[in-house]
Amino acid sequence: MSKLRHAVAVAAMSMAALTAGQPAAAQIKIGSVLSVTGPASFLGDPEKRTLEIYVEEINAKGGVNGQKLQLIVYDDGGDANNARTFATRLVEEDKVVAMVGGTTTGTTMAMIPVFEEAQIPFISLAGAVQIIEPVRKWVFKTPHTDRMACEKIFADLKRRNLTSIAIISGTDAFGKSMRDQCVAIAPKAGIKVIHEETYGPRDSDMTPQLTNIRNKAGVQAVVNAGFGQGPAIVTRNFRQLDIKVPLYQSHGVASKQFISLAGPAAEGVRLPAAALLVADKLPNNDPQKPVVTAYSRTYTQKTGQPVSTFGGHAYDGLMILVQAMQRAKSADKAKVRDEIERTKGFIGTGGIVNMSPTDHMGLDLSAFRMLEIRNGDWTLVPEGGS
Amino acid sequence: MAEFLQFFFSGLTVGAVYALVALGFTLIYNASDVINFAQGEFVMLGGLSTVFLAMAGIPLPLAALLAVLLTIAVGIALYYLAIEPARGASAVSLIMITIGASIFLRGTAQVVFDKRFHSLPPLFGSDPIRWGGAAILPQSLVVLAGAAIIVVLLWLFIDRTLLGKAVIATAANRLAAWLVGINTRQIVGLSFAVSAGIGAIAGILVTPITLTSYDVGTLLALKGFAAAMLGGIGSALGAVVGGLVLGMLEAFSAGYVSSKYKDAVAFLIILIVLFAIPNGLFGRGKVERV
Repeated sequence: MSKLRHAVAVAAMSMAALTAGQPAAAQIKIGSVLSVTGPASFLGDPEKRTLEIYVEEINAKGGVNGQKLQLIVYDDGGDANNARTFATRLVEEDKVVAMVGGTTTGTTMAMIPVFEEAQIPFISLAGAVQIIEPVRKWVFKTPHTDRMACEKIFADLKRRNLTSIAIISGTDAFGKSMRDQCVAIAPKAGIKVIHEETYGPRDSDMTPQLTNIRNKAGVQAVVNAGFGQGPAIVTRNFRQLDIKVPLYQSHGVASKQFISLAGPAAEGVRLPAAALLVADKLPNNDPQKPVVTAYSRTYTQKTGQPVSTFGGHAYDGLMILVQAMQRAKSADKAKVRDEIERTKGFIGTGGIVNMSPTDHMGLDLSAFRMLEIRNGDWTLVPEGGS
Repeated sequence: MAEFLQFFFSGLTVGAVYALVALGFTLIYNASDVINFAQGEFVMLGGLSTVFLAMAGIPLPLAALLAVLLTIAVGIALYYLAIEPARGASAVSLIMITIGASIFLRGTAQVVFDKRFHSLPPLFGSDPIRWGGAAILPQSLVVLAGAAIIVVLLWLFIDRTLLGKAVIATAANRLAAWLVGINTRQIVGLSFAVSAGIGAIAGILVTPITLTSYDVGTLLALKGFAAAMLGGIGSALGAVVGGLVLGMLEAFSAGYVSSKYKDAVAFLIILIVLFAIPNGLFGRGKVERV
């Protein structure tokens, strides 16, 4: 008798466990590998916070297709080997449905084979154009490329009738990659690069390089491809040497921090940047205005830190994925992938995304705004004039 | 000529930064034969805590003073918590401990402060001084003056005070120093405190030029160490000369050779110099202790 009762109790308990386990089993697992610490932490940190804030918000509103999202984040510390290990873990142990992450180009490239083989949609948050060129079936990305930044700068130069330029670039991965892209597309854009200089990413004085640029006859503008504190020092030295031609910086320094680091020297500097940075300055009829102001408000409120475009990339990636799942009405990997590729007219913080089988980023030049620093703040350069 | 002068000014600016960092290495090395690779982190701590204290509303001079005191406290803690317990270990093991401490301090700073770059306002404004077609920022001269004052004070301390003599004695022979009644532990602790103070002052003075962040120490320490070796490690004057020479080498190779190879050219010349004069420009030949 007691044996029987015992058996019934065990059966009841396992039934209870089964039913209790059900909602957990019905969760949609989204994986992410980000460089939350290490040298790229200022990219990975806002990305992680953004994903967490919005996954929580989506779940509070009932989740996606009636299922809650479960976010699994690993920190690769900026190391591509770690990234690959964590990617394998997401696929084999966590069995994620989709992946939003990959802070740097290096970590992304290391993870691509893992997700391609496992046939899991992978939305990268890294910059380089190699991620989506050639097009890989399962790989997408949200940030604009450095090639687009070059194109945007060159378009502005042409408007001002400046065609002979000097490029000064950092020797870090970002500076090198952007310098290569700019030099490659310059002839097509009708721009002549007549002088080039470089500096180490940690150098504290760039006046020798800038002196050589100043002494080079015919330089009509200077473009600085760089990242971190280097461009701020270039800008200061540029004014110190009293060089009169216009100075262009890249989207790599598009943050308020750059203005405060470069100080008064930043006055008049132009750079391409995402709409997110100038959320409050966009005209009211700008289609991106509601999205960027909402994201900007939420992020600042929840974290107490100013927004950066990098967190915005994570927002875009997550939302593109969520909308694709909603359209697919399921979390089936292949269906979700197809719907991501069909993303049309998605308004994100980075621009308006129109993906296609040949374009897994879906941004055009309108994603970038040309900004000029005036009175210590951004101002939009009107696209028509100079 | 104008460009030569500009390269010279650039070398002076960068060199002054290296010189200040290099100075921090000398005292600890003198007292304990240890090359303290956490020296760069002292520089970072000085600059970064000044920035954060100033952001908290403390007036800049007071913030700078507090930052120096804080860094000295960290230096003393480093000695008593990490170096002193391992006092029997060889110099190489102690150097490894300082590398560990450097990684620890960097990690802590990343959490306590943040991961962004910060700057401090220069002491005499940011309007460059123009001379002969070249321009130099007043802050570069401040850094140079700072290095000069520290050299003089260090020299006065080592050569003119009893405590300084005790440092020399400890460096020369710790056992003998101990036998004549010098508290060698305290002396080495003192050298860590003073080195941390020098590092912090360096950090505060160079931040308006180099900017600062939690990981700024690594490269500064590397360049400062190279400068100290070039000048002859242990010599305060050598540290300053080594720093200035290294800065000049970088500036002139960036200006006249190619900015791509400036570090390579600079370090190649350092290697050649060290092959010719292994003790560095101002280094004393080391006497083997038996």
